[in-house]
Amino acid sequence: MTVDGWQQGVYDVIKERRIELIGYVPDAGHASLIDNARRDPDIRDVLLTSEEEGIPLCAGAWLGGMRSVLLMQSSGVGNCVNMLSLQRIARIPLVLIVTMRGEYAEFNPWQVPMSSITERVLQLCDFQTYRVDHAEAAGETVAAAIDMAYASNVANAVIFSQQLLGRKKWVE
Amino acid sequence: MGRVNAGAEPTAELERRTVVGNLLAGREGLAVITGLGSPTYDVAAVGDHERNFYLWGAMGGAVATGLGLALARPDLDVLVVTGDGEMLMGMGSLATVAAKAPENLAILVLDNGVYGETGMQPSHTSLGSDLCAIAKGCGIRNSWRVSTQDELEDIRDRFQRRGTVRFLLVRVATEQPERVMPTRDAVENKLRFRMAVDANR
Repeated sequence: MTVDGWQQGVYDVIKERRIELIGYVPDAGHASLIDNARRDPDIRDVLLTSEEEGIPLCAGAWLGGMRSVLLMQSSGVGNCVNMLSLQRIARIPLVLIVTMRGEYAEFNPWQVPMSSITERVLQLCDFQTYRVDHAEAAGETVAAAIDMAYASNVANAVIFSQQLLGRKKWVE
Repeated sequence: MGRVNAGAEPTAELERRTVVGNLLAGREGLAVITGLGSPTYDVAAVGDHERNFYLWGAMGGAVATGLGLALARPDLDVLVVTGDGEMLMGMGSLATVAAKAPENLAILVLDNGVYGETGMQPSHTSLGSDLCAIAKGCGIRNSWRVSTQDELEDIRDRFQRRGTVRFLLVRVATEQPERVMPTRDAVENKLRFRMAVDANR
């Protein structure tokens, strides 16, 4: 399956589940989802300066009754930690889709310190986490995360592995 | 010794609670998000309300919370009330707000130039930073800074009128009024707020 193929599948799942706001800090692994969100007149696409803004952004949307997802790279998870107290103390449904760096054919060693603890950090912050290594599982896993978060007012994170995303092209 | 109130009035005459009471008078359907610390107590002191959501933590998150609500609910008027310290920690969110520019969002920063909760240490706004200039620089064109009652009266209608995103910095005195503490149970606060704005529709 091509990257665009499975990412389109993820976007379709997001739409089917009545997500109307997508916050993001750009990442190459999320490029297709971000393009879709920006083109979609029914989605509020919110570009963030730092991932941590996404946590209160989604909480505010939920106070008004709107469902959302947040897109970020593994390094961004570390930026969110204290802000996640809002999600946990208020039991706000929250869905993160995290693209991994620093674990497969990684060129930049600076990606490793955060990526090596990303999933454990999420679990310490009371997230249910799901790791996706195969394109076929991406859409269904995102669906499962959205369903659980909004059924139970909890935090779920889907982690797209670097192998799934493929080697980063440093020269176009 | 650091500069205190540099670039600002040596003494601010406005009392924070009077300012908040003034701007919340006749609030009707207004939804209010408060930043942790004194702004939470100020809004509670004016009167608890089912359309208040009080932050007691998540420092730096008040404006982004207001943004999410404003984008989700264009039918609501949303006011964020926060302080200089909380705003300094979430400055990036001013750029995020400017990029979306929701017409139903207003941001009020009560700037006393100190961290009132932790022992009145000077904040960056006492050391040369101007949050109004930062809001403007982020792209919020309707950003104002006032330090007297007359200036506040002059700008009040424009600040409260929807049509564009708005930012108002009010220089307030450092005096700390008595703490009026609203609920710290965020689940209870969330459920009450969501019911009040009919979020389950």
